[in-house]
Amino acid sequence: MDFVHCTVENPQAEACATGVFIRLSAPKSMLDTEIKVTPELAAEHGLTAEEYARIQKILGRDPNFTELGIFSVMWSEHCSYKSSKVHLRRLPTRGPQVLQGPGENAGVVDIGDGLAAAFKMESHNHPSYVEPFQGAATGVGGILRDIFTMGARPIAVLDSLRFGPITSVASGAKAPEGTARSARLKSGPTSPGLTSTAANLGDSHSASFVGAGFSPSEQAAKARALAPGGVDEETIARNRRILDGVVRGIAHYGNCFGVPTVGGEVQFEPGYSANPLVNVLALGIAKKEDLFFAKARGVGNPVIYVGAKTGRDGIHGASLLASAEFTEESQQKRPNVQVGDPFMEKLLLEACLEAMRTGAVVAIQDMGAAGLTSSSCEMASRGGLGIEIELDRVPQREPGMTAYEMMLSESQERMLLVAERGREQEVLKVFAKWGLDAVEIGRVTEDGLVRVRHRQEIVAEIPAHALAEEGPVYQRPLAPPAAVANERLVEFSAAGADLTENFRVLLAAPAIASKRWIWEQYDYMVRTNTLEAPGAGDAAVVRIKGTKRALALSSDGNGRWCRLDPFLGAQLAVAEAARNVACAGARPMAATNCLNFGSPEKPEVMWQFSRAVDGIAEACTTLEIPITGGNVSFYNETLGRSIDPTPVLGVLGMIEDASRALGMAFLAEGDYVLLLDGNASEASMPENAAKEFSSSEYSRTIRGVESGAPPAVNLAAEKRLIAALAALASGGQLQSAHDISDGGLAVTLAESCFASNGFSARATVTSKGPDEAVLFGERGARAIVSVTPENVAAVRRIAAQYEVAVVEVGRVSRGEFRIELNGKAVVSAEIPSLADAWSGALERLLSRNDLRKAE
Amino acid sequence: MKFGVVVFPGSNCDHDAWYALGQVLRQPVEFLWHQSEEVKGFDAILLPGGFSYGDYLRTGAIARFSPVMRAVEKFARGGGLVLGICNGFQILCEAGLLPGVLQRNAGLRFVCKQVHVRVETTDTAFTATARPGQVLQMPIAHGDGNYFCDQATLADLERNHQIVFRYTAADGREEAAANPNGSLANIAGVCNRERNVVGLMPHPERAVETALGSDDGLVVLRSLIESLTRRAVVSA
Repeated sequence: MDFVHCTVENPQAEACATGVFIRLSAPKSMLDTEIKVTPELAAEHGLTAEEYARIQKILGRDPNFTELGIFSVMWSEHCSYKSSKVHLRRLPTRGPQVLQGPGENAGVVDIGDGLAAAFKMESHNHPSYVEPFQGAATGVGGILRDIFTMGARPIAVLDSLRFGPITSVASGAKAPEGTARSARLKSGPTSPGLTSTAANLGDSHSASFVGAGFSPSEQAAKARALAPGGVDEETIARNRRILDGVVRGIAHYGNCFGVPTVGGEVQFEPGYSANPLVNVLALGIAKKEDLFFAKARGVGNPVIYVGAKTGRDGIHGASLLASAEFTEESQQKRPNVQVGDPFMEKLLLEACLEAMRTGAVVAIQDMGAAGLTSSSCEMASRGGLGIEIELDRVPQREPGMTAYEMMLSESQERMLLVAERGREQEVLKVFAKWGLDAVEIGRVTEDGLVRVRHRQEIVAEIPAHALAEEGPVYQRPLAPPAAVANERLVEFSAAGADLTENFRVLLAAPAIASKRWIWEQYDYMVRTNTLEAPGAGDAAVVRIKGTKRALALSSDGNGRWCRLDPFLGAQLAVAEAARNVACAGARPMAATNCLNFGSPEKPEVMWQFSRAVDGIAEACTTLEIPITGGNVSFYNETLGRSIDPTPVLGVLGMIEDASRALGMAFLAEGDYVLLLDGNASEASMPENAAKEFSSSEYSRTIRGVESGAPPAVNLAAEKRLIAALAALASGGQLQSAHDISDGGLAVTLAESCFASNGFSARATVTSKGPDEAVLFGERGARAIVSVTPENVAAVRRIAAQYEVAVVEVGRVSRGEFRIELNGKAVVSAEIPSLADAWSGALERLLSRNDLRKAE
Repeated sequence: MKFGVVVFPGSNCDHDAWYALGQVLRQPVEFLWHQSEEVKGFDAILLPGGFSYGDYLRTGAIARFSPVMRAVEKFARGGGLVLGICNGFQILCEAGLLPGVLQRNAGLRFVCKQVHVRVETTDTAFTATARPGQVLQMPIAHGDGNYFCDQATLADLERNHQIVFRYTAADGREEAAANPNGSLANIAGVCNRERNVVGLMPHPERAVETALGSDDGLVVLRSLIESLTRRAVVSA
């Protein structure tokens, strides 16, 4: 029974979001309307007894089977935000620049020159595990539709990806130099309350989620075979295949559609092995007056269906009728993912924008999650009206589809629009020109009902507002996880040790290494706006043609830190994204987010969620970057184990003068290398160095220790640094800027060298802290900038105005890369050898024989 | 003088070509819809990059049957100047206007990056203003750019100086490491025997402003403009 319960939990949650479906296996002869709806059937649709009673109350009768399906998707976690709503209200969403906050298909901000930027981030996690290529591809497709539904042309995409380890962490783990090597290093996470070590995964009940060709029993067997703290070779190979498929999927969809994939980030942690994260952020531009909203108007106006035909893909729920068979036929019943068609989407984009220009379109919404159901009832609900549709007119891919299937289908590349009565021909003509189906399937009504007809019968009749807005809202129980006893913290090497070799290993760690292997597979230049390509700067920068301006975008998040402290971890995500945007020379102006968590029914997960929201709220308020939209993805767990809580923040920034956009590369020999520190004092060195350092990338990679606490956050310091960077960049005083983050000062310096035209750096640092903490510590509010000798004085003066400390670190040079600490060289190596370790690491791991060989 | 940029369903570099010619180089340029049955009034036709008709069958294989391609073929046979970039190059090969084929990249992955190509002949309208052997930096972005032809065709191409661009290192040295996709003999672009049709995988239209990494693509586009100007003078 455990197993059945688990299957209900998972697919139900993300089914409508993701298009995961298990095929209806009701008797073929039975029509939908004949399937008797009972409380048990409702429960199998994931509706609680209270929710079912609420449906009966809204309708004043029992729902029929089609209506039950409609309610179950609309009231699913993904569509209704029933567990997250009460928390999300705490986020700041207003600001003079915000034209549209949460609640529409995407958030919109004013970017001057009569233009608006629409942007939003969304997850496609489960499908990307089940079928990495199509899962990721349709993830890109979904968020692009959200953008052009607003009337905005997509101009950039970023991806935040999380995978399980693609190399054995334990192999890189070394005992600190100058101390005895520990008997056995434990690299498994020691998370409070969530300590499911790899070894005890095996005895948990069957898979709640099955992916990538592995049956539940195979997975369980695999988990059992794991050595404590280790990651077995098969899991590593599978993680590589998932990464490969996801990257190909993103490339396939984005490249063909013609939107540049300009940035993002990738991290690797064991918790994502059975639940990778694929979060896609898209940005689009529109003239302010051309913005479109999904709000039905005008009783009698025609409702037009456009785009791809409706098929049986993405239907969920009914599967649960057959849960008894699930184990026996798990291979056939394994959740499927829709197949995306970027070509169709490209046509849909051009046709929709052209149709909007006719002035005959009143409202438009894409059919993403919950397809025809959500698009019709949300448009009706927002307009305070009703919508009547006739399913016999819906273009169908296959004959014999039931009303239930059509209403719940999540076939991709479809839109629903409301046109002005009498002008429908203008709209239909545009779609005909692009060779797309466009059919009038219904009309706007005044009775406030979503009425669905099929084969001359009314198969559903539901009050739109109640369906869309009066769903359940839960204040789920919260409970902090139990503290971990006897947490092992990192041991520092003796002062003055040669740390060059550790540095080299760190540079080649997947989390730090160059992601070139990934982004070279993306067309990051199409539309010829990309001023800062992937890897060139801390944020992606795209110019806005026809203006002097450019936009900077960065997406960031650190699940490890959020596991250790969700409040601080979430704040650090906001701070880093904002800092990155500032390092590109931009003023942060707004944010979107994608909140990836485990099951909200677990009080510990809900506590993490609530704390993360609090962290984001405080950070965004202090830094004055309102949240304009986003996405919550719950139920990210497999085998009963939750992922690390992973809020990902996407921050948008404005560069008034595009020619002042900054990269991270050093530009000229002899330039000064300065550390800008918002903390304005030597206070950057944490009081409890070991505790903070134990959560660093260095600690994990070199010592195999992941514990302690995230770096302390000083939002005021972040704010000062961001303001100083934006001012210095716009004044043209900086040559380059790069924030100190993963891997600390040493990695930051090295990356500015690697990005340059063969330059190196010589740095001299003094500090009282442990050597490793100084070199590799990840405390925020700091950035490395390079400055021409004649601008140094100006930089010091301006930084002082913002109360930001300036520490001279060294000079841009040629030849040996060298860091002296307290008068002793602690890192010294030739740039080409370091660059090779860093730039070729992913390629060496991913071009092995378990993938097709890359040349 | 008027340029036509063909728009197939799925073209996605059409706007970039239009922008480079119209906004950066200030030339008259218009889009040509794939269903156009004639290309009258245009002095040069550009087939842009993208995924025409989704390219699901084979790159360029469907586009070559579109109505506009019949007109382009006629235009080319009459000596009109035609430039195919990326997907445009693939379409020209499929249409038989250029020799050879473009296969899947040897690495079996899409590749997007800056590359260097050497101008192998200045005897085309698209390279007329280049220095012989000049090295140009331009980006590539394709999954199917692996040029191939049989040995007899290759010998023909060499003999007739139809190889227009070769992938090289930044200093112009021809080497395997500089070949991003496994193309035969490092071929990045070729012309027909009459030299009025050129196709290449790199994107000159993406390399017209230093802010975006390179403006070497201007050599190609300016050569085209200059050749057209000269033609106009000759015919006048």
